[in-house]
Amino acid sequence: MRKMKFSEAIDDAIAQAMAADSRIIILGEDVQALRRNLLVRFGKKRVLNTPISEAAFTGAGITAAMTGLRPVVEIMLVDFIGTAMDAILNHAAKVEAFSGGRWKVPLVIRATCGGGYGDGGQHEQSLWGWLAHIPGISVVVPSTPADAGGLMFSALEHPHPVFFLEHKLLSDMWLDYLGGASRKSVDFDVPFEGTYGQVPSKWTKIPLGQAAVRKTGTNLTIVSLGVGVHRSLECSKILQDNNISAEIIDLRTVSPLDIRTIHESVSKTGCLLVVDEDYQGFGLSGEVAATLLERGLSFEYARVCTSGTIPFSRKLEDEALPNVKRILDASLKLVNKKV
Amino acid sequence: MDLWVLYKQMLRSRLFEEAVSVLWNEGLISGEMHLGTGEEGIIAGIVTQLQEGDSLALDHRGTSALLMRGIDPILLMKELLGLPDGLCSGRSGHMHLFSPELLAASSGIVGSTGPAATGFALAARYLRTGKLSISFFGEGAMNQGMMMESFNLAVTWNLPVIFVCKDDKWSITTHSRNITAGNLTDRAAVFGMPTYEVDGSDVREVWISARKCLNRARAGLGPSFILATCSHLEGHFLGDPLLRTVRKPLSELPGITIPLMKSLLQSGGASALSRLEGLTIILNQVGKTIRDRKREIRDPVKIVRKLLVTEKMQLEKLEAQVFEELAGVISSITSE
Ligand SMILES: Cc1ncc(C[n+]2csc(CCOP(=O)(O)OP(=O)(O)O)c2C)c(N)n1
Repeated sequence: MRKMKFSEAIDDAIAQAMAADSRIIILGEDVQALRRNLLVRFGKKRVLNTPISEAAFTGAGITAAMTGLRPVVEIMLVDFIGTAMDAILNHAAKVEAFSGGRWKVPLVIRATCGGGYGDGGQHEQSLWGWLAHIPGISVVVPSTPADAGGLMFSALEHPHPVFFLEHKLLSDMWLDYLGGASRKSVDFDVPFEGTYGQVPSKWTKIPLGQAAVRKTGTNLTIVSLGVGVHRSLECSKILQDNNISAEIIDLRTVSPLDIRTIHESVSKTGCLLVVDEDYQGFGLSGEVAATLLERGLSFEYARVCTSGTIPFSRKLEDEALPNVKRILDASLKLVNKKV
Repeated sequence: MDLWVLYKQMLRSRLFEEAVSVLWNEGLISGEMHLGTGEEGIIAGIVTQLQEGDSLALDHRGTSALLMRGIDPILLMKELLGLPDGLCSGRSGHMHLFSPELLAASSGIVGSTGPAATGFALAARYLRTGKLSISFFGEGAMNQGMMMESFNLAVTWNLPVIFVCKDDKWSITTHSRNITAGNLTDRAAVFGMPTYEVDGSDVREVWISARKCLNRARAGLGPSFILATCSHLEGHFLGDPLLRTVRKPLSELPGITIPLMKSLLQSGGASALSRLEGLTIILNQVGKTIRDRKREIRDPVKIVRKLLVTEKMQLEKLEAQVFEELAGVISSITSE
């Protein structure tokens, strides 16, 4: 067993895969600096700096994947995917279906996501529900270093397009770049367990579509992902003091969605709270409820999500994103409704 | 051209942004902070010539342009501090500043000021004859498809836009030339608009070329393109890791070199030669940063000041005025 930081674990899993599979290449803006450790080991032919041309290099990543390479395309912040959305929506997601299953796109798109460091609404979105909405795209959102590495390792062997989202609050490297964390004067509400932890000595695959139960409980199921998992765990301690036992499910992948694990838990607790940093409307939080209803389950339901454009002001931002207080209030209300 | 007006605006902007830098370092401003220090010559040479009804599409370094356009500096500073009574109610921060009164909109999405200025110009043509729009962007944005699409649209529709490319040679850690084909001015010229290349650290050069572009746009003769060189005195953004490494090697280097060497020597991967090539790329990046610092930085504020030093009294008076204004901004914010 080793201990690693969040982004370090992802890079380490990529390195292990790159050493074994020469088809894996990395391309994106500034990757020769951001992934300099991979650059000096694998050379510039496999770690390529791109111009600020997301539409071109994402689109090119797709056809390169169709013809033998296994590209990891980096979109610095998932918010910037807007400029390359056609490549994702109409190409990466559709090639396999259009070709009658005969042509696959083994592409990984790696991007940072999430807020909590005061960069404003064009740099702090989650967008995982928006991306997972598109049939043909898998979306991974890890919450610990071990999961991050294991899921990346899986993504690199997955025969279909995978979006790999790395929450900035979990990555000290990105917090340094974007949050100015080098300043001694700033403090972020970083969940330590998510930023640094034990990882296997050799990476093995964590299957996509398998949620993890982070804490078992009987009164209430909280489904979350990314930083939301840590916020929910923190909240569950307070709930415990109030004799409420919460079960915490970390989805790990949005799509495929591990509905079985959620179903099992909710049929036990009868009570579901979705904590989702992505936008509330038309997204993951509604999808989880709808899917359970389709399965004939009846349960109490609430959600804590982000409802509008994320404000720049740190104070307003903290109120806009799912925080422990909002999760606690929603949990108490929900459990009281049940009795 | 009134150098006194230009210098005053550039100094106002410089002092304001130096104050921003202090506040950011003290942790009072969150997130990233891209300053425009070093590009004041470009901004002043253009913005001081605008009229009421002209519009501005600003990139992630829009603070300086808004100040020179006449935004209330207290409102602006409050916005950067995320205060509820800031310019945008504390909701925008420096990358997403908006002023409907000044027809100024910013975006942190690289390349997006192309379409924005094009639409501003379209509205101007129908509703505000003789008015125009400015698109400010970095040379990195020249590789964004929407920027080229905007050039085409503006030329084919003959719109009153001035596309202003502020070339500081760098896109964050990447030397733009390494990822950019051909020559940028040629690239703009093929769309069939007049192009100008100027030293952006000399506000006079910018002003003169801008004058021609503005006249042309106001006369309904269509868009133009200016490529103005500059250096960003604080690197890409405050706390820039590349600059930090160069400025404080003792504290920064170990965290970088130890994992780098480990990875360089790890078995499995490229040949020794390719690995060394990779290492060279990183060393070049750092070396280029150092060289840029030493030789190439031309500070536009100092350059214009030099032209005015002979008029000592007037200069001192003006500087005292600008200092006083900024002191007023700071004290009005701290007093609350
Ligand atoms: C669409 C998009 N891609 C990437 C980024 C990240 N990014 C912010 S600034 C920047 C570099 C821009 O370089 P340049 O256009 O030369 O402007 P400069 O910052 O040097 O002024 C990048 C890549 C972004 N904001 N938007």
